[in-house]
This record gives sequence, C-alpha cells and structure tokens, in this order.
Amino acid sequence: MPAVLIEGIHKRFGSLEVLKGVSLSVDAGQVVAIIGRSGSGKSTLLRCINGLETFHAGKIEVAGHMLTQDPTKLRELRKDVGIVFQSYNLFPHLTVGQNIMLSPRITKNVPQAQAMALAKDVLAQVGLSEKFDSYPDNLSGGQQQRVAIARSLAMQPKVMLFDEVTSALDPELTGEVLLVMEKLAKGGMTMLLVTHEMNFARTVADRTIFMHQGLIWESGPSKELFANPQTPELANFVKAGAH
Amino acid sequence: MQTFGWPEALFILRSAGWTLALTAIAFFIGSIVGGAFAIMRLSRLRWLRRFAAGYILVIQSIPVLMVLFMSYYGLSALGIELPPFLAASASLSIYVSAYLAEIWRGSIESVPRQQWEASASLAHTTAQTYRHVILPQAIRISLPPTVGFLVQLVKNTSIVQVVGFVDLMRAGMLVNNATYQAFQIFTLVGAIYFAICFPLSRLSRHLEKVMNASRSH
Repeated sequence: MPAVLIEGIHKRFGSLEVLKGVSLSVDAGQVVAIIGRSGSGKSTLLRCINGLETFHAGKIEVAGHMLTQDPTKLRELRKDVGIVFQSYNLFPHLTVGQNIMLSPRITKNVPQAQAMALAKDVLAQVGLSEKFDSYPDNLSGGQQQRVAIARSLAMQPKVMLFDEVTSALDPELTGEVLLVMEKLAKGGMTMLLVTHEMNFARTVADRTIFMHQGLIWESGPSKELFANPQTPELANFVKAGAH
Repeated sequence: MQTFGWPEALFILRSAGWTLALTAIAFFIGSIVGGAFAIMRLSRLRWLRRFAAGYILVIQSIPVLMVLFMSYYGLSALGIELPPFLAASASLSIYVSAYLAEIWRGSIESVPRQQWEASASLAHTTAQTYRHVILPQAIRISLPPTVGFLVQLVKNTSIVQVVGFVDLMRAGMLVNNATYQAFQIFTLVGAIYFAICFPLSRLSRHLEKVMNASRSH
C-alpha cells in the first residue's frame, strides 16, 4: 500500500479552481518534490494532505488514514503526518525543548522524562543540541526551521510534508536546512516537498512533479525530468531557473 | 455644625475599601464571564458567535447606569429585591464582561493564524491549542489594555451611589452634606482615587513597553 494516495482532487477558492483533478501515489520511503510557478496549486495540494485545506472532490489516504473532516480521525492522521512551514511557526512563548516536548506529551501522553529524551534525540538529529533552553526569537531563521523539523520528528511521523521551507531564508541559511532534509531522506523518511530549490529536487528527490494550472503537468524520476522536459511549460520553467 | 475632622476622613477611607471591593468583585466575575464570551465570539458555531456578539453589542450600547437601574429598581418593580451591594456588583460585572470580552477577543485574534495551523498540524485539540499555544500568547498581548480598563473600572464604580450604596464618592458627598467643606473633602476623595489609579496606569504603560520590546525582533 502506498504511503500517500491522492485520487482526483478538486479544489476551488470561490469560483477559482486551483486543483483540477490531481492524482498521485507515493510509496513508503520515497521522496517526491513538487515544483511549479506560484499559483500552480502546489502548496494547496500539500496542505490538503494533512487536512489544513478542504477539497471538493476526490480522496486522500495517508499513512493508512483516510482523510476526513471528523476531528478525532483528523487528529489520528496528523499524529502520523508531520508538516514544516515556510514561516517556521514555532511557539514563541516556549523554549526549543518545550516546543518539541509539548505535542508528544499532550497528544500521546508520553511521560516527561521520555519526552525530554526524545526531544534531545531529535535536536541532535538537526544539529542543535545546545539550543534546548533557548527561545525561538534568539535563533537564526535556519536554526528555527531546523527546530521546526525536529518538532515534527518528535511525533515520529510516517510521512513528512515540507511547504517551501527554505523560501524565507537567506541563501547561506538555506544550506543547513536542506542538509537536514537530505539526511532525513537518506534515512528512509517518506517526504513530499514543495520547493523552489531545483538543485535539491534534482539530486535528492526520487521523483519530481511539475504542477501547472492546477494539474500535474509532468512527472517522472527527477534527473530525467530536469534533463528532458517533455512539455514547453516545464522546459521554460527549468530554463528560467525556478520562479 | 459638624466639621471635617479625623472621624470623617476615616469614614471616607473606609468607604474607599468598598470601592476597591466592588472593583475586585466586578473584575473577577466580569473576567470569567468575559473570557467565556470572548471564546464564544470566536467559536466555529455560528449561533454561539452571534449570541456572544449580540450580548456584547447590547451591553456596550447602553449606559452602565441603565443596567444598574434595571437590576435595582427594575427587578424590584417585578418583586425581586436585590440589596444595593448585590445589584451594584452584578451590574458592574455585566459591564466588565462585555468590555473584557472585546479586549480579549482582539488579543486572541492578534495571535497569528499560523500558530493555529501549526498547533492543529501537531494533532492538538481545539482546547489544547487554546490552553498551550494561543492563550499564553494572547494573555501577554491583552495585559496592557486589560490593566488600562481596570483603571476605568475603579472610577466608574462611583455610579453605584445612585442605588444608595456608600462607596468612596458617596461617602465624600455625605460628609459634604454634613460639613459643607467641599474643597477639603473632595481633595481627599480625589487623592484616594488618584492613589489607586496612578500605580495601575503606570503598570499598564510599563507592560506596554515590555511587550513592545519583546515583540521587536
């Protein structure tokens, strides 16, 4: 069974149809990059996968959970599906350690000592062990984003979603975040990422999907897709070097 | 004729205690009711939102004096006689609840939407999101305007004299009726109000500065 199964998703904002029948299947351990211009529907698609956006037709199954708007079932799904946002969205009133420990403790009743060990472990994975007691405001953007990744990892998700996670970062801070993501990918995490980092998509993602006008316009193994675009839209997009 | 001396001054000071007690009670009960209305105002259920908005609109649109008349004279005309202190406490609590509900709704709404999304994405329930993510941030934001409102409340409690309750203001008037030394008496009354309100105003301004400093990053 695929880790993520998306079938015929349609989504409208008012009269504007942003997803016009998108289907996609991702196997466990696969890394899939979603690229495309602004407004092509790629972020909306990603946000549909953990229920942050609703859709009008189609179905989504993630990590064995069928997506519904039933709050209890949605929470069960979200325990298995992590998401990292462009704007980090750490909780500013909590320390890094508290940010990470909060959700395992309140959603899975993980005891304090165990939650702390877990937090230290995931912080080490993103290379920020020494920041356990810092507040988010005292970290750089790159460090905050790595903490956000650690916070998601502490829930021990089966699937991770990344929504343009380096778009708000300076070039020199982008690298440290991508490095963490690459490590995760190599560790076998199932990942879907919306990104403008073409180089990262080409080298790390098993598969890349090019979205255009609310549809999957072209998709295939990343290296092939970038080397031989089959449609003029993708060819132009690749030539323009992202945006 | 009676003159303004120590016994009269002590009487005024003791009445200041009633003003403080009334303020504390109205603020306490008003906080609980107002907090509930703030959350209802933001509920996903449309009828609950409308009910809360309606309550706030009505209370904010009529003078608090009218609420007081209703709960004292209005109810007694219907055969329900509330003692002045109870009528005063209830009326002021209602007044406080409507204003705090609006202040706190605004504070909750000024926590960025992304905080709700991040919290929901981590499988938190709505109650957990409020408790662990939104309210700790909203309370910080709400502190300066809340304390500012408390200053208004201390002064506005003076209206309870109309139902015969002896607060600081009423005590001053009673002593004046007996001694006609209005200047000395109302200087003392004013000084007491000032002594209560000035520290609170300073606290509100201080909190505002602290908040601004911690938000600029």
